Amino acid sequence: MTTEQLTTGQIARPSAIGSFVSDGLTVAKRNLIKIRRVPDLLIFTTLQPIMFVLLFGYVFGSLAGSGASVQAGYREFMMAGIFTQTIIFGATITGYMMAEDMQKGVIDRFRTLPMHPSSVLFGRTLTDVLNNVIVLIVMSLTGLIIGWRLHGGALHALWAYVLMLLFAYALSWLFAFVGLRVRSPEVVNNASFMVIFPVTFIANTFVPSQNMPSVLKTIAGWNPVSTITQSARENFGNLYALKGNPQPTHAQVDKQTAYTWALQHPDLYTLIWTVVLLAVFVPLATSAYKKAVAK
Amino acid sequence: MTDAVTADGLVKHYKEVKAVDGVSLRVPEGSVLGVLGPNGAGKTTTVRMLTTLIRPDAGSATVAGADVLRDPQEVRRRIGVSGQYAAVDEHLTGRENLEMVARLYHLPRGEAKARARELLAQFRLEDAANRPTKTYSGGMRRRLDLAGALVARPPVIFLDEPTTGLDPRSRGDMWEVINDLVGHGTSVLLTTQYLEEADRLADNIVVIDHGQIIAEGTADQLKAQVGGERLEITVADPALLDQAGDILAGVGDGAVETDRHSRRLIVPVSGGTQSLLAAVRRFDEASITVQDIGIRRPTLDDAFLSLTGHRAEQSEQSDEADVDNDNDNDEQLELAR
Repeated sequence: MTTEQLTTGQIARPSAIGSFVSDGLTVAKRNLIKIRRVPDLLIFTTLQPIMFVLLFGYVFGSLAGSGASVQAGYREFMMAGIFTQTIIFGATITGYMMAEDMQKGVIDRFRTLPMHPSSVLFGRTLTDVLNNVIVLIVMSLTGLIIGWRLHGGALHALWAYVLMLLFAYALSWLFAFVGLRVRSPEVVNNASFMVIFPVTFIANTFVPSQNMPSVLKTIAGWNPVSTITQSARENFGNLYALKGNPQPTHAQVDKQTAYTWALQHPDLYTLIWTVVLLAVFVPLATSAYKKAVAK
Repeated sequence: MTDAVTADGLVKHYKEVKAVDGVSLRVPEGSVLGVLGPNGAGKTTTVRMLTTLIRPDAGSATVAGADVLRDPQEVRRRIGVSGQYAAVDEHLTGRENLEMVARLYHLPRGEAKARARELLAQFRLEDAANRPTKTYSGGMRRRLDLAGALVARPPVIFLDEPTTGLDPRSRGDMWEVINDLVGHGTSVLLTTQYLEEADRLADNIVVIDHGQIIAEGTADQLKAQVGGERLEITVADPALLDQAGDILAGVGDGAVETDRHSRRLIVPVSGGTQSLLAAVRRFDEASITVQDIGIRRPTLDDAFLSLTGHRAEQSEQSDEADVDNDNDNDEQLELAR
């Protein structure tokens, strides 16, 4: 614990919570104006998942078999995987934007204002949740067009979306921390690409992970990307889409697909990750923010 | 009179580099302190410590009565900061920028709007108020940034190189705005590498070099440190330099400085125009052709030169190499005069 945190903590600020929320909303509003003025990023982040849905759905789908119904089954199967991969990439925007604000001196200005020290991060991560919501809607519509269907009921589907957004939110704090510690926004992009690609592929996102070589199979079995996808598949009723018979609601998951404790309890496991990420990176990002100065 | 800003023995070292090495200063309430120094001297680091952006390794400071180390949040409530980067959001309009800053100072919504309107008018940005600031000129951005610093009517303002990189006209505009501020009782600490700027705006000046204060006083006091008036002549024929030197020794009251390369002679004088006339008469009698002759009063530039051994605006390259975050931009070649 640095002395800065201790000394700041000694002063009772009656409106600390209020300031945290209202400052955060002010910052979020500024970020949203920015999205409106420069829609490129939003357009890119929504076009990319559409492209992935189509590309993976039809290219990998042809691997699943030659029958049209088998390929349609694959497209249903991989939707949950694409959702997960995309919202994880969405979380990297947080890091990119923080690094950009640092570089441009905007953080310096914020830091000389009497704001709550976490509110800039709160506003930033909040914006990126909204961004992810838009992306999820666009992807869902694309999925529906190519034959993806919800077989598990609206509430289950809603829970699947909420779980994805929660995890992405926690991940945003990790990337905020990264963004505050690197020298330029481009570094965030390149570094996150290197990490996120393997993490989202060594999982059950695009292929059933039980057929992977043993080491990869184990990693995939404990990868939170897998558990989010698993949970989404269960809740969407797409778990057995590959076999052409979508289960009605919450199917009894067989041991072959769910070969780890994590995959057997995907919701709980994902929530544990979410809480741990937040517990670690909210304080770390806040402390990095307090020391951040433009290079 | 109380002090709006006090700093005692501020130190900030980055690895081997002593960016700031024991800086102490005072800004009496309602006055302007100019912190003058070349790139990399430690000006920005000093301002960043006083504005709570970085923690000093040693020393203490108070701003508007609040302790910078113990109560940074209270300091932030009482200061306005405008930096050399013009930290305005380029995608927001001028109005949106100011309203955002006002909200972050916790002004109620209506008041924030009113204050933004007021400042846009005061800084002649009304016509551009609803345009994204990326369409603004450099001078307009600086004005907007300064307006942002004034949103909460803070008693103390920090201006870090407010005119670096601006063209002379925009610079003049900024000076007017700053002068106006001071007229309203605001205390200002401003850093600059332009001697003319310090001379124009500051009541007191501290000269900083290599992280240490090497001189302080009013502009006049600093000028006095380099001595009084000097008589400077340039002779046409280099062969007559020594003879001319003898003549000048008789007119002036100090050692004659000779620069053979530019055929120039300098001597301290106390008689002002009388000394000038006497010199002209004697050169005439000796039939020495004088190319140029004049009385020079020392400028702050001379003071700086004699204090630091180098000119203010031409610091050596090695001085800048990541000494601190001072002025990464490439303005060092730009001359104020």
